[in-house]
Amino acid sequence: MPAGTLYRGREGMWSWVAHRVTGVLIFFFLFVHVLDTALVRVSPEAYDDVVATYKTPLVACLEYGLVAAILFHALNGLRIVAVDFWSKGPRYQKQMLWSVVGIWVVLMVGAIYPVLGHAARELFGS
Amino acid sequence: MSAETTSASGIGDVEGVSLYDVDHPAPVIEAPRKRTKKTPKATRGNFEMYGWLFMRLSGIVLVVLVLGHLLIQLVLDGGVSKIGFAFVAGRWASPFWQAWDLIMLWLAMLHGANGLRTIINDYAERDNTRFWLKMLLYTATVFTVLLGTLVIFTFDPNIR
Repeated sequence: MPAGTLYRGREGMWSWVAHRVTGVLIFFFLFVHVLDTALVRVSPEAYDDVVATYKTPLVACLEYGLVAAILFHALNGLRIVAVDFWSKGPRYQKQMLWSVVGIWVVLMVGAIYPVLGHAARELFGS
Repeated sequence: MSAETTSASGIGDVEGVSLYDVDHPAPVIEAPRKRTKKTPKATRGNFEMYGWLFMRLSGIVLVVLVLGHLLIQLVLDGGVSKIGFAFVAGRWASPFWQAWDLIMLWLAMLHGANGLRTIINDYAERDNTRFWLKMLLYTATVFTVLLGTLVIFTFDPNIR
């Protein structure tokens, strides 16, 4: 590859990549989630059995990852709307991305206890 | 004919005698990319524009619906540990939460399906691959939306 020709966009490109990756992950979870919820039409036991796996420490960590993906996709999605519809959006797209990252970090810290608390109690005792 | 008639063609006397005058007007040159009868008809209409708009409008609604859903299911009142058949039955006893989940299901599935359609169009280079991946996507989407809708509308809290 000739030197210096590889496009490495900065905030704009990487937020676009992250938006795609998180979007695909969320969509695949949505399939699984509709299927597991459909078990309420089979029997209460079938539903409660599959929901029990959602309460295990390992899956709780996956849930934390899901929350991370959804929060980024939601916040960055609002940034995209602002870039497209707000006349000053394109000019402030970088500042908006770093605001998205900042709000995301704060919310992810806030989600540690509610999402992972029960898993920690199960692993280390209450 | 006077000199004034010929200069109206835009070509001065220096250039020579003009081919055009009031009785013999110059042919009209169309603007580039102007739609004419020869322009092939667009076969897709404004589908992609409406898709683009749908992603933004549904996205804004989904931010509220999905973050609210996460708050209820994973954060409030004991988080995920409270979820079970009884919890679902309690929530779907209310038409408000039924409507919430139904709208969220439809918007999220269509938003996600359109997003994946874009990604397939971008990365699947062979025509056949692209076609079959999208068929798979549409089949899975229709199945999931119909299944979810059926579950919400036919939910029976006294199933056992």
